[in-house]
Formats: sequence, structure tokens, C-alpha cells
Amino acid sequence: MRRRLGSDWRVAVVDPDVDHLYQPGLLFLPFGGSEKGMVRPRVRTLMRGVDWIRDRVVTVDPATQSIKLEAGDLRYDLLVIASGSRIRPDLTEGLTGKGWRESAFDFYTLDGARALREAMARMRGGRVVVNIVEMPIKCPVAPLEFLFLADEFFTRAGVRSGVELVYATPLDGAFTRPLASRTLGHLLSQKKIRVESEFAASSVDGEAKKLVSYDGRTLDYDLLVSIPTHSGAEFLETSGLGDELAFVPTNKLTLAAKGLANVFVLGDATDLPSSKAGSVAHFQAELLAENLTRLIAGKAPEPTFDGHANCFIETGFGKAMLIDFNYETEPLPGRYPMPGIGPLTLLGESRLNHLGKKAFHWLYWNGLLPARPLPLGARMSMAGKRLAPAGATT
Amino acid sequence: METNYAGETVAVNEDGFLADPSKWTPAIGGAIAVELGVAMSPQHWTAVNTAREEFVGAGASPGLRRLAKKSGMPIKAFYDLFPDGPAKKIARIAGIPKPKSCL
Repeated sequence: MRRRLGSDWRVAVVDPDVDHLYQPGLLFLPFGGSEKGMVRPRVRTLMRGVDWIRDRVVTVDPATQSIKLEAGDLRYDLLVIASGSRIRPDLTEGLTGKGWRESAFDFYTLDGARALREAMARMRGGRVVVNIVEMPIKCPVAPLEFLFLADEFFTRAGVRSGVELVYATPLDGAFTRPLASRTLGHLLSQKKIRVESEFAASSVDGEAKKLVSYDGRTLDYDLLVSIPTHSGAEFLETSGLGDELAFVPTNKLTLAAKGLANVFVLGDATDLPSSKAGSVAHFQAELLAENLTRLIAGKAPEPTFDGHANCFIETGFGKAMLIDFNYETEPLPGRYPMPGIGPLTLLGESRLNHLGKKAFHWLYWNGLLPARPLPLGARMSMAGKRLAPAGATT
Repeated sequence: METNYAGETVAVNEDGFLADPSKWTPAIGGAIAVELGVAMSPQHWTAVNTAREEFVGAGASPGLRRLAKKSGMPIKAFYDLFPDGPAKKIARIAGIPKPKSCL
């Protein structure tokens, strides 16, 4: 927006955090991955001309177009809520009680991933349960990636035969979209990972190391890797702008906050049925910038966002998959980003996909955050995708 | 695909969910409940009616967390009332689409 607007507009980011975390890197830490390049000072991620207001939002009042901060007030003409999602282990009975970060962990925070790294290094046998407490979660494929990488990690440590890997998910399969669910389900069984489907976790008994579901099933664990319930930012709850999990009801095509004038929502903060993934926030940001420009010019926002998501899925042993999909089209096999050429493979494993995921770390800091033009369409393209189902691997 | 519930012929999809939620009547809901082996009590109807209200208001079938918040019933209660996949069963009886998991 800074590039699009003249000096008569002030563009400000309100963020209390002094650091910006490279969240996709958290997945690798539990397996001994390096923390190099994981965190950069917030100030370095903002371009010149964008003000950083280092403060915490207490409430937003759309009626008066004002924001109450911990240390002052702020008025806005246009507001973009991009406050993300956060894990809420406190919402599951017993999860943060005895055993939390000793035998039960998360890896969606830096502290959680570090603590899990210690536990993984000590693990020589027993049962590892990876559990999604409830949807939606950010990076919905990360739990699967964790399992695939754990299979590799324990195999390389020579203890895989003594480690049972269990995936307890509230979904009825590995993934919600049919073709990807079949492909990923096939990979899970190939790697001897047991799937406990439609498992809605209700509580954890940290003392006895048991995970219990609402329908009375119990899973014993030696190591629990929990992907806790996610919610939106606290100020959304306080301001009454969020739904039951503090995600903001949002128009799925224009990204306007429902029923609020001059308020838009971006990324994980929305209640949309699109993935809570970085790629989605990136695509939305491009389209929202166009829409805000239209609005400033006195035109109506256009229904341009199609739910486009694009995720790498690490499958272990130096390979990865790539999936590209939107609200209407499920992940299909094919080539990306150049139709027929790739070089990346859609819905199939390849070494190049893995290298792509690794290279993304550099691209994130040097391409995405500085908003440099990238050859990736914000809207999904059918070019390069095959409608007929293909084999699970290529 | 068409089927008969409570003397009415209605279109259903491959999973048995009503194709058109506006064709729903409490009698049809009751007949679907019988097919699912659910003996409807006033509490069951609270869950089903809340789900219908949410569908009309929000345009999408609610998950259990939303149902719990709107109805004042704890999440566990839905598992006791509609064992084996309460969100889907409630939606089917309420004649609204299968709830979508967000991905």
C-alpha cells in the first residue's frame, strides 16, 4: 500500500513484537534443525515510509473508527486486521497441566519446538501421538509433515522399529480434500503411521500420559505432539469482532469484514474456509491491496479472492510434495508454476520440491516480505493441472 | 438421488444429506433421525434447531464449538446425544449440508 499511496496517506503497522519469526522453520527444529535465520528484528521487515507503532491493541471500535492501544489511541480511515492466530493449549482440559513440555509438547511456538527437540533427541522407543485438537489450524499439513519427518528421524537413529507413530485427527482421513487425502493416506500407511481418524480430543491426563476423546477413546502416549486449538487475537474477542474462536467473519471474495465499514481482514485472522497458510495471506495481500486502491478511488471492492493456497509438504528422506488449490478446486496432480514444465511436481513426491521448500526460507526474507514481484499468480490457475487422478508418487 | 421421508419425496446427495435445506420439515428431520437410530428428545431438537438457525444466519453448517456456544450445551453433550460423529449427524437431521472442515 505504501507504494500505491501518495504522501497524503499514512501507513502504520501496529505490532507489539520486536521480532518476526519465520514460522515455516519451526517444523524442522524438533529434528535438530538449525535456528539460523529463524528470527529477524521487526524493524528490518518494514519498508521505509511505513510507521511501526510498537504497542498492543486493546480494543477496536469500528463505529468511531478508533483503536485503543495500551499506551494511547489511534484513528483510522481504513483498517486491515492481520493479527493472525495463536495456539490455545489452555482450551483443552489437562493439556497444560502435569507433563506439559515434559511429555506433551507443541511445535507451533519457538519455545515449544525447542523443548520438543530435547525430547525427540532422548526418545529411543515408545509411542508418539501427533494430535490435531480441532480445526482450523495454521499450516494444516504441518502435522503430516511432522510425522513423515519423525519416520525419517527415528529410522536414521536406528530405533524406528521400537517407535510407534500415531496420527490422531478430528478429520475422517489424512486431509479433507479427497484426492490429496488418498495420496497422503497412502503415504502414511506406506510409512507405517497409524491413523486414528475422527478423534476429537477432549482432555489430557498428563500424569497417566493418556489422550482422551469426546467419544470415550483413549490413546496412551510416551510423547504427545499436540497441535492445540487455535484462536484469533485477544483484542478481537474483547472488541466483540470475532466468532466463537475470535476469527473475524469475513466476505470470502472481497476480504471485507462482514457488517463493518472500512475494515478488511487478512491471513489467519479471517473465518474463511481457506487454509491458514502463509501462501494464502500472501495471495490475499496482493488482491486486497488492489481492492483498497479501488476503494480509495471511490470504486467498490471486487470479488477477486478465490481461496488460493499453495503448500509444500515435506514427506521425509529429502523429498516433498507441493499442493495448489482453492475454494472450488481440490489439489490435483501436475506441474507448477510453469504448465507442463514445472520444475515443481504437484501432488507427487520429488527431491526438487524439497529443495524448493528449503529455498523458500531465503525467498521469504528477501522476496516475500519486501513485496518483490514473484512469478506466482495470486489467483489459482488450472494450467498444468491434470484432472485424471495419477499415482501417489512420481 | 431421491428418497422418501415422512411421506415426502426429497432429493439427497450421496452421503444422504438433503440436497435442498428449504425442503426440510420437522417430520423429515424426525424420519432421518430414525434412520440414524437417534431417539429424539427435547435436547436433541435443541441441537438440531440451533444448527438450522446457524445455517440460515451464517450460511454454513456450524461445527460443534459454535453449536455449544449458541445452544449453551457443552461439547461433550453432543457426543452423548449423537454418538459417532455428532456434527455430521446433527446436520443430516437438520437437513443442512455436511459441515466443512476448514483447510
